[in-house]
This record gives sequence, C-alpha cells and structure tokens, in this order.
Amino acid sequence: MLTYNQMVVGTEEERGDGKATDLLFGALADPTRRDILRRAHEGRLSVSALAREYPISLAAVQKHVAVLERAELVSKHRVGRESIVRAEADGLERAHAALDRLESEWRGRIDRIDRILDDDKGDS
Amino acid sequence: MPVTDVTKDLDALTMTITAEFDAAADRVWEVWSDPRQLERWWGPPSHPATFVDHDLTPGGRATYFMTSPEGQKFHGWWRIEEVDPPTRLRFTDGFADDEGKPNDQLPTTVATVTIAESDGATTMKIESRFPTREGMEQVIEMGMEQGMTEALGQIDALVA
Repeated sequence: MLTYNQMVVGTEEERGDGKATDLLFGALADPTRRDILRRAHEGRLSVSALAREYPISLAAVQKHVAVLERAELVSKHRVGRESIVRAEADGLERAHAALDRLESEWRGRIDRIDRILDDDKGDS
Repeated sequence: MPVTDVTKDLDALTMTITAEFDAAADRVWEVWSDPRQLERWWGPPSHPATFVDHDLTPGGRATYFMTSPEGQKFHGWWRIEEVDPPTRLRFTDGFADDEGKPNDQLPTTVATVTIAESDGATTMKIESRFPTREGMEQVIEMGMEQGMTEALGQIDALVA
C-alpha cells in the first residue's frame, strides 16, 4: 500500500498534476484516515463498525470516509441499513494506466507518420 | 525521435503528445486528409487499418476497421467535430459493431490535432481525452478482456 502511494505521488509530481495530488496528499495526511484505509484494505467494513474503533463521533468518521472517497481511495456502498466502505486504491493508478496506454498508442502512430514523411525524401 | 513532449492530466483525463516533423504543415495534414496515407499509420503494423468512409468535413464521418493477423476485424468510427486545414482537426473516435455501425454503448475518446509550421519544421500536437471516467474505466476493462491493447503496444515497441 505504502509503495503504491509513493509510486502514484512520485509520478504525479513529475508530471505536475495538481488537484488529484492535493486530494491524495490531503487524504493521507491524517492518521485516522490512514488507519481507516488500512482497515478497508483488510476487508469491507461498515461505517458504524469503524466508528466503534475510534474515540470520535460517527459523524467525524463519516467525514473521514468522505475525504478518502473524494481522493478515490475508498468507495461507499449501501447494504441494507449499513454503509459499507471498500478500498479503491486503484482509482488514480487506473487513470495513469489508461493515459499511459494512450501515450504508447500515439507514440507508435507518430513514429509511423515520421517514417512516411521520411519516405518522401527518399523519393526526391 | 519526433516526440518532443508528453503531458497527462489525471483530473481532465487527457494525454497530450507533441511531435516535430521535418516537413511542411500541408504535408503533415496530408497524412490525415488522404485516407491511403492514414491507413499506413493509424493501426499498428500488426493490425493495419482500412478506411471505408473518410469525410473530413464538420459533422462528417470516417469509418474504418483494423485487421488482426488472424483476420479478425475491429471496427471503429470518427465523427468530425471541427476541421480547419491544415492546422486543426477535432474528432470523436469510437467503436463500432461488425457491420461498422457505431456502438453507442461503448466509450469514446476525443482527439484534438493542432498543426503549426515554423521555420520549415512542423509541430503536431494531439490531445486525446476520455469524456468520462466511466468511459475510461470501460476502455481499460475491454483492453484487459481482449488482451488486445497491451499486445498492440508491445508489437509497436518491437517494430519501432
């Protein structure tokens, strides 16, 4: 988990992205949120069960979960009367993967265009 | 290497790639406007593209298919949003069914091409954007199912 986050933050910084990085840093800056995230990675858990783990109110736990949700680190699902928190650590990683794929697709195309343009010179 | 810059925006879901070519802008435009030239580069060498329709006018359509080494055809379409030869082209790129009919259930990307000539060299900038995060996720899932996109990327790397 830690390795993954360092990886995402690192590559994002290199590319100068703004808002997504801010959300990620903000979400991980708080020890309670890091603990919630760790627990979510061990398995799905309900918000009310989470609230019992910390000496804070249910509303405060809900706020922490909302921050993690905005950073796309967790998602929340309603099951009956319970609100279930699930780890979504791959939100940013998936966006990276999709954009990396576009990059490799277009790099290939640009190389092929370059070769077509080079062929002109051979003809002249 | 003609590629001079690549930037990605995770919030806007865009990838922007800039390349410089040793050719005039009109010549670079031709690789888009002439379907026979377009066919030489749109698909990777393993999956060459065949353009069936190619109408580069606002609202115009292009339809194409890429053929795998096994003879399987992957159909796609463009809808031309904006065109200003030889400097600008914006189009939506989507998937189509086996008859080449656009499949509205599948996600699209929007490409904006900007071409500018300066001192005999031409810069081409392509911005490729996923209109929605859901669409982006869908593209990844499809790529995984078909095992196709990864393979295409690898073949490209080998041939390049």
